[in-house]
Amino acid sequence: MSEVQELIVNMGPQHPSTHGVLRLIVHLDGEVVTKVVPDLGYLHRGLEKLAENKTYAQFLPVTDRLDYLAAISNNLAYCLAVEKLLGLNVPKRASYIRVVLAELTRIVSHLVWLATHALDLGAFTPFLYCFRERELLLDIFESYCGSRLTTTAFRIGGVPKDIDNNIRQKIEEFINIFPSKLNEYESLLTNNKIWLERTMNVGVISAADAINYSLSGPCLRGSGVEWDIRRTEPYCVYNELDFSIPTGRGIGDTYDRYLVRLEEMKQSNGIVKQALEKMPEGKLMADDPRVVPPTKDKVNTTIESLIHHFHIMSEGFNPPIGEVYQSIEAPKGELGFYIISDGSPKPYRMKIRTPSFANLQVIGKMCENNTMVADVVAIVGTLDIVLGEIDR
Amino acid sequence: MSKQEIIETIKAKFAGVIEEVDDTLDLTVRIKKDGILDVCRFIHDTEGLDFDYLTDICGVDYPERQPRFDVVYHLYSIDKKHRIRIKAAIGENESISSVESVWKAANWFEREAYDMLGIMFDNHSDLRRILLPEDWKGHPLRKDYPLVTNVGEKWLEEKLRTHVPV
Repeated sequence: MSEVQELIVNMGPQHPSTHGVLRLIVHLDGEVVTKVVPDLGYLHRGLEKLAENKTYAQFLPVTDRLDYLAAISNNLAYCLAVEKLLGLNVPKRASYIRVVLAELTRIVSHLVWLATHALDLGAFTPFLYCFRERELLLDIFESYCGSRLTTTAFRIGGVPKDIDNNIRQKIEEFINIFPSKLNEYESLLTNNKIWLERTMNVGVISAADAINYSLSGPCLRGSGVEWDIRRTEPYCVYNELDFSIPTGRGIGDTYDRYLVRLEEMKQSNGIVKQALEKMPEGKLMADDPRVVPPTKDKVNTTIESLIHHFHIMSEGFNPPIGEVYQSIEAPKGELGFYIISDGSPKPYRMKIRTPSFANLQVIGKMCENNTMVADVVAIVGTLDIVLGEIDR
Repeated sequence: MSKQEIIETIKAKFAGVIEEVDDTLDLTVRIKKDGILDVCRFIHDTEGLDFDYLTDICGVDYPERQPRFDVVYHLYSIDKKHRIRIKAAIGENESISSVESVWKAANWFEREAYDMLGIMFDNHSDLRRILLPEDWKGHPLRKDYPLVTNVGEKWLEEKLRTHVPV
């Protein structure tokens, strides 16, 4: 007598292809997936609660720990949100520096995605290639702000450090060689038969469904929706820069999202190049003594500046009562900060809208229609999730 | 559509439901909680408004206020490229209608609001905790929940004590 039984497989939270501590409960009928139930929260650190107990400046380093592969994007979104609340005008040069670093971060994030995604699907060489280039970029971040991952690269009101000739030279060297490196990745994957078999028509999501499930970033553009916050609601100086928004072939499968991310790296490279050329001279921090502390040399030489610095650092500043929502196009999608201020130096409530959280939700939908168990790995990879910003 | 036109269109249909409109920084509309599903469906379906993208749902706790919580919806229109924030106040033992039937994405956002603040949603398909363990006590983003506690350690001790290996 034979009995047909559903097989339930527990994938994660310590599984190499879940890209962090994601746990998936996969229901199988033979090799076909019938249902996928994600279980989150293994990396929950209560960052939103923590935000309510820190001053605005103190919370800035914590934002590095959201999407730890693209810390600079998190810093940017947070600084822009607080600046919107305060009504601060950031100097032009600082905005250009922010754009340069944010776009380099996009490349870093996409490189890690490509490396791990290809590794999950059995291609080992792209992993080595991508991490080789990522190393160059992390060196640039290190020479700019002293750290490679948890950067805290910006400050509320501007940037702490200028892009000097040394760093500029490093960046220019990188953007000159990077297009040829992109060709290397493409030559390994884009027309590779195994890659095509593993990615084409896997994890298909239609444009209407993608919008209804609140996908954003490359996951949404892969379905053919041309929506990029850098274009529709330009922040920093994106309205002065020329770039295109790739949307893939319009099928919405894993291969489309691969094409979109590759093209985005190319576009980011172009944006960095333009931004370096157009970057004007000028100040690095906004002119507002309520928020911006005096420079270090003044702090070291005059008692007034020392007191001023101490005052801002220890007590913080009091933004006006109100609430703001500010979002940016982070490498993974729409990253938004919703801050409610009650006029005190600490936020009353801060909600962080992270792209990975919304993007992961679609996994159940993507695994419909006779998805094989091996394709779950491809789907987790194509969503490009980081558990740091899902669990917060 | 300008902010003013958006407000006019919603007001024309839901005059009795809207309590307050504020457009100093972002356009914000406060509505009565019973009207949330109707308003959401209307602004999702109506041509010209087309709020087809649910950016976020979150809860806010005001312990001194009656009713105690706010549920905040951030909406966007991919086509028309405008944003709106909708707020509805809800008391401690009350519940609010889920908007999952309008935007599928609401599922997890509402689960998070339930997990973090204990806000109950009616007609939600799967209202469970999402980030914290199923048997966790309390809702950490409430203002009366302390920042530093030993709840976590106690929970873990209990688990280790009662855990039976399979």
